[in-house]
Amino acid sequence: MLKVEETQPVEFSPALKAKFAEISSRYPEGKQKSALLPILHEVQAELGWLSANAMDQVAAWLKIEPIEVYEVASFYSMYFLKPQGKYVLEVCRTGPCCLVGAEKVMAHIEHKLGVKENEVTADGLFSWRGVECLAACGFGPVLQIGPEYTFYENLDEQKVDTLLEELRKK
Amino acid sequence: MARKLLLEHINVPGINTLDVYRQKGGYRSVEKALKTLSPDDVVEEVKKSGLRGRGGAGFPTGMKWSFLAKPEGVERYLVCNADESEPGTFKDRYLMTYIPHALIEGMIVSSYALGAKTSYIYVRGEMMPQIRILEKAIAEAKSAGFLGKNILGSGYDLELYVQPGGGAYICGEETALLESLEGKRGNPRIKPPFPAIAGLYGCPTVVNNVESIAAVVPIINDGGEEYAKVGIGRSTGTKLISASGNLVRPGVYEIELGLPVEEFIYSDEYCGGIANGKRLKATVAGGSSVPVLPANLTLKLANGDPRLMSYESLSEGGFATGTMMGSGGFIAFDEDQCIVRNTWNFSRFYHHESCGQCSPCREGTGWMEKVLHRIEHGHGKMSDIDLLVDVSKKIEGNTICPLGDAAAWPVASAIRHFRDEFEWHVREPQKSQQTNYGIARYAEPIASGLKQEN
Repeated sequence: MLKVEETQPVEFSPALKAKFAEISSRYPEGKQKSALLPILHEVQAELGWLSANAMDQVAAWLKIEPIEVYEVASFYSMYFLKPQGKYVLEVCRTGPCCLVGAEKVMAHIEHKLGVKENEVTADGLFSWRGVECLAACGFGPVLQIGPEYTFYENLDEQKVDTLLEELRKK
Repeated sequence: MARKLLLEHINVPGINTLDVYRQKGGYRSVEKALKTLSPDDVVEEVKKSGLRGRGGAGFPTGMKWSFLAKPEGVERYLVCNADESEPGTFKDRYLMTYIPHALIEGMIVSSYALGAKTSYIYVRGEMMPQIRILEKAIAEAKSAGFLGKNILGSGYDLELYVQPGGGAYICGEETALLESLEGKRGNPRIKPPFPAIAGLYGCPTVVNNVESIAAVVPIINDGGEEYAKVGIGRSTGTKLISASGNLVRPGVYEIELGLPVEEFIYSDEYCGGIANGKRLKATVAGGSSVPVLPANLTLKLANGDPRLMSYESLSEGGFATGTMMGSGGFIAFDEDQCIVRNTWNFSRFYHHESCGQCSPCREGTGWMEKVLHRIEHGHGKMSDIDLLVDVSKKIEGNTICPLGDAAAWPVASAIRHFRDEFEWHVREPQKSQQTNYGIARYAEPIASGLKQEN
């Protein structure tokens, strides 16, 4: 179910709008709706999540109805409809990664961060969740961190500790 | 050493750059195709090669190409399916990361063959690093004159773009992919019409997997007949296998089709055996959607002959004693793994990834996940096992796209081959929480008179 939280008004920067225009030029005339998924990625990379205001503005920019944006944003698993931590640790929870210890890694992350799946730490730095297969099964357990979706492979508890420390220092 | 057609130069430093890639013979197929072959000649070579779709379905690529409608004045599209999401499969990510120009080169030759002037590579959104790599490779190819207007003076124009997905397994299904590329939810379309008649923006479209497109390069360089000499029978050429699970050396391997499964698992050239000195219990040979097999049936056919890594040999025996090549996602389970837990895990995956269009899949995958969860967690009833079989049969074949089948087969096959383990979970609700059922007879030589499917 779509639950969108209210937020402050959103204004896209000229640089972001220039990016929208470049993306839209990849498709034939009249088919600019194709730009929707890539544009939503750009917006999320800038704002951290997709608020109703942000989605409405994307709709206006693409000259489509807001519902056309909501239905897409709520269908795909990568778009956040709620504010997240600055770093969202997305751990693969599918079969092959579980064969090599993904469940242990998730339990460790939950323990270290002290928050449940999809919750944000008090300092706003982290949230985490299990996601489905990330196509890195030979290097599991794996996790990714957006917006560039950097992969961290062959994880164990120690590597998770090191990663969290590094992110805290950034 | 086996022949390598795709990954021969994968370890050459800088092979991800155009310069090094060209020094190793890269983009020869573009010159050959555009300067000496007609588009139909290229299609003919691919037909002769016997190349079968590497994404999972195994449909002959040349035949798929020849179905493409070519009405006057209507655009045609080639879309590369790089939405690699099948659990156990990571070969396309590997290829795009380390040797991106192999895909770009294949896209140019294939687009030329199909008469496409604009082509898209639909990459799953999580592969943002690979998207950046491909965009860089495209820019390099364009500045070297392999893309854009009047490529190599041939008069052929092509623009190539990378499109990110949004994170949805279903978009690996070609019509869902096209919907997604049009900026919509990834709901598969009812077929017919097939994409070859009405695909992207209603225009004739071919959708091919990354590995299939990359294989067009050696096919054009060496000729379709040469390619067909590699492999075995109707399984021609080489295949990228993604090996994962409890193996000494998981990773991506290029094999000549026809390699014995036993050699693939145990030889030092490939996976090097089962990790930590354990014994093999079961495998999923072609990505999570194909039937799971116990170790004995993985290594040998029901008649005792060795099983080979080929489309035919893997499916030998049908679903009673065989499996499928699928996407080549080879997952190995050691003796400590729990089949019930893994089946529940896969069911959760399909429930999560069902697009929700067809009720048998939307509801059935949820039911299977729930029932498997309670068996795994010690709350199952004996009748649950047959209930699972019943639900899986009601999904199979009753949905618009194959996700329903893909969700049903792992459950049905796990019960077919490992029913005693499911029963043990029900009989021993507490013990099954602390220990595993173990390897039982799954690794023993094949007993005569396997249980017949009812």
